[in-house]
Amino acid sequence: MESAMNALILIGNYIVVPGLAYGSQLALGALGVTMIYAVLRFSNFGHGEIMSFGTMLVILTTFAMQSAGLAIGPLPTALLALPVGIFGAIGLCLLLDRYVYKFYRQQRASPVIYLIVSIGTMFIVGGLVRFIIGPRDRNFGDGERFILKAGEFKANTGFSEGLAIKTAQGITVLTTFFVVGLVFWFLNYTRTGKSMRAFADNEDLALLSGVNPDRVVKITWIITAVLATIAGTLYGLDKSYKPLVYLHLLLPIFAAAIVGGVGNPLGAIAGGYVIAFSELAITFAYKKVFAYVFGDGILGDGLLQLLSTDYKFAVSFMILVIVLLVKPTGIFSGKTL
Amino acid sequence: MTKHPKTHALVHQEKARTTQSQRNVLLFSGMASLLILVGFVQSWNVAFSILNMCLISAIMALGVNIQWGYAGLFNVGIMGFAALGGLAGVVVSMPPVDAAWEAGGLGVVTGLVAGIITLVVGMVVWRFGERWGRWRYAATGCILTIGYVFARTLIEPSIEAIEAVDPARTGYLGGFGLPIIVSWIVGGVFAAAAAWVVGKISLGLRADYLAIATLGISEIIIYVLKFEDWLSRGVKNVTGLPRPVPYEVDLQANSWFVALADDLNLSLVDASSLVVKVSYAALFTLVLLTILWLSETALRSPWGRMMRAIRDNETAANAMGKNVTKQHLVVFVLGSAVIGIAGAMLVTLDGQFTPTSYQPLRFTFLIWVMVIAGGSGNNWGAVLGGFLIWFFWVEAEPIGLWLMDVLTSGLPPSHWLRIHLIESAAHTRLMTMGTILLLVLRFSPRGLIPEARRSAF
Repeated sequence: MESAMNALILIGNYIVVPGLAYGSQLALGALGVTMIYAVLRFSNFGHGEIMSFGTMLVILTTFAMQSAGLAIGPLPTALLALPVGIFGAIGLCLLLDRYVYKFYRQQRASPVIYLIVSIGTMFIVGGLVRFIIGPRDRNFGDGERFILKAGEFKANTGFSEGLAIKTAQGITVLTTFFVVGLVFWFLNYTRTGKSMRAFADNEDLALLSGVNPDRVVKITWIITAVLATIAGTLYGLDKSYKPLVYLHLLLPIFAAAIVGGVGNPLGAIAGGYVIAFSELAITFAYKKVFAYVFGDGILGDGLLQLLSTDYKFAVSFMILVIVLLVKPTGIFSGKTL
Repeated sequence: MTKHPKTHALVHQEKARTTQSQRNVLLFSGMASLLILVGFVQSWNVAFSILNMCLISAIMALGVNIQWGYAGLFNVGIMGFAALGGLAGVVVSMPPVDAAWEAGGLGVVTGLVAGIITLVVGMVVWRFGERWGRWRYAATGCILTIGYVFARTLIEPSIEAIEAVDPARTGYLGGFGLPIIVSWIVGGVFAAAAAWVVGKISLGLRADYLAIATLGISEIIIYVLKFEDWLSRGVKNVTGLPRPVPYEVDLQANSWFVALADDLNLSLVDASSLVVKVSYAALFTLVLLTILWLSETALRSPWGRMMRAIRDNETAANAMGKNVTKQHLVVFVLGSAVIGIAGAMLVTLDGQFTPTSYQPLRFTFLIWVMVIAGGSGNNWGAVLGGFLIWFFWVEAEPIGLWLMDVLTSGLPPSHWLRIHLIESAAHTRLMTMGTILLLVLRFSPRGLIPEARRSAF
């Protein structure tokens, strides 16, 4: 019994807790991608860099606050700096929309052109971020590092495996619940949200009904910028901030959006968790777990790992391929926004 | 007297064509004079190394133009296909490591065969299981998982054995010891095979899916090349690939060459490296011209006309009985093969294979800027874009550094802003490329050499 509990704790510590946090970060990112897709009808390759840009502003503000002696007790100072990052990212998105995307919208350009344009913005924003903060790794988390420490857990429960929960992970999950709830409330119960949904569903019909397209587009960018900055900051707090990593996050984020069905917010969130849990479950070495369940003797030398952690990006790709082959419209197909 | 409208249009078109071709000659001679200028100002060695890279870039741009210009397919994984071409360079040309083959060659081959059999069985079950409902997913999933685990258990000890063979020098299977020129074709085949799989999965769906799928596969290819040491030595790199052209030391040992260098009034070292670079340039030019001729011929053929019809109106082409998805697959595979050839040529030129050098900015997005700026849909445009953008890519860093230095010259040398700006000057490349891409797309979407209008009046 105790060994079974130990196996469960092991899985909880290495798959469930990090999976929930990572999944929430991906879900917030994918939600942004999916909103842009639903309203503006293109896949925004610049999303990772928008996340990176917002996070960079948060980090710089955090550093300034830290040197000014500002802190909020056990919580990371970055939470205090978050509004600055959000406003910066909103400004960036609105600028990009005004000076880059608007032209193509008026031209009614094809989605592929939008794709190339978004890659152009990805370059520029990525270059800007590297120019300002540099390509190095940055650690900006402060305050209490753990909610639950592995050692304390072991001492209190008497199990030989420990369960640790980082503050950043706890904050991530709570923030995600709050933000996602807010977005859904906005989409379903406010007039603006409803007009956004109408616009996403049928642009011409929405225009006929008096929906202001410029306003809808603007609000979509604002929501995307907010989601991107929060997702980026949470990811940076949980792991660490490095511009290149945010570029690589693009693949799992797109995979999450597609798994759930592009353009569908509920799907994006589900997709985020699907990708995160598969990534962790497939690259986890199960040797210790099986040792607890079956005893040490019968297992060989192998780590009992399906795929080495080097290939964690391959997991999102595999899931993407499976979805494209089996159900290209995603899990929650047919409904947008 | 009124002119016949048709003749008028013809005359007009003829006129437009001549001015355009005059402009093209001007553009290409401008490019040539830029290179010659480098030859006089910096040195001929620098000029020829830029030229060699320009030629390779032009071939890559041609490959992308086949996909984008002919068919409107958006490939964001150029890096991966180029890297596969590079892998071909290693696999074809390096001498085989006999000890490694003895230690684990058989195991790796059986493991790979088991993996392929698993995939095939999985696909067969999937195809035959259309009426099984949920069992179809379960059966296919089970077969794939069990087969994968089985293949892994077969292959793992052999990989360890191979990587243990003299890891500082080899630790991999080596290649087939063939002339490296062969790898240019093999590289094309490798890239084409990968493209076929990706295309088969993602073509026929929405345009963005191909983009995302190619982005994914290229990252995975790079990860495989970095971490599978038995195949390509991973991050330990493979150096000293054999050359298709003479070595400098051999040239320097020849008495006739010494006399030649003396005649040309060059030092022996300069002369020998110049000869090597010129020979590379000749080989690359040959490949470029062949591919250019082939693609121009294809573009003018009925097949090319069909491709343009598909690109411009898929629905209409479909209604005319053209299999759009199949033709897209053909074009995607062909374009990727050209990229693979260029990738193998690049490794040949470098004489080494370094998986970490494959960066999306350099290998995917730079090529895109070349194609868009040069003129999508026009092969000459792609070639010019390849030359021009590579030239500025190489020269941008010194220019950027110089610019930052001038801009901050008012500040003391130890000022933090000045140090930061000069250190970050390299990142201005990203911004410059992005700005060029957006500006061309916005203000001159047809590029420097626009696609020829082949309308019947």
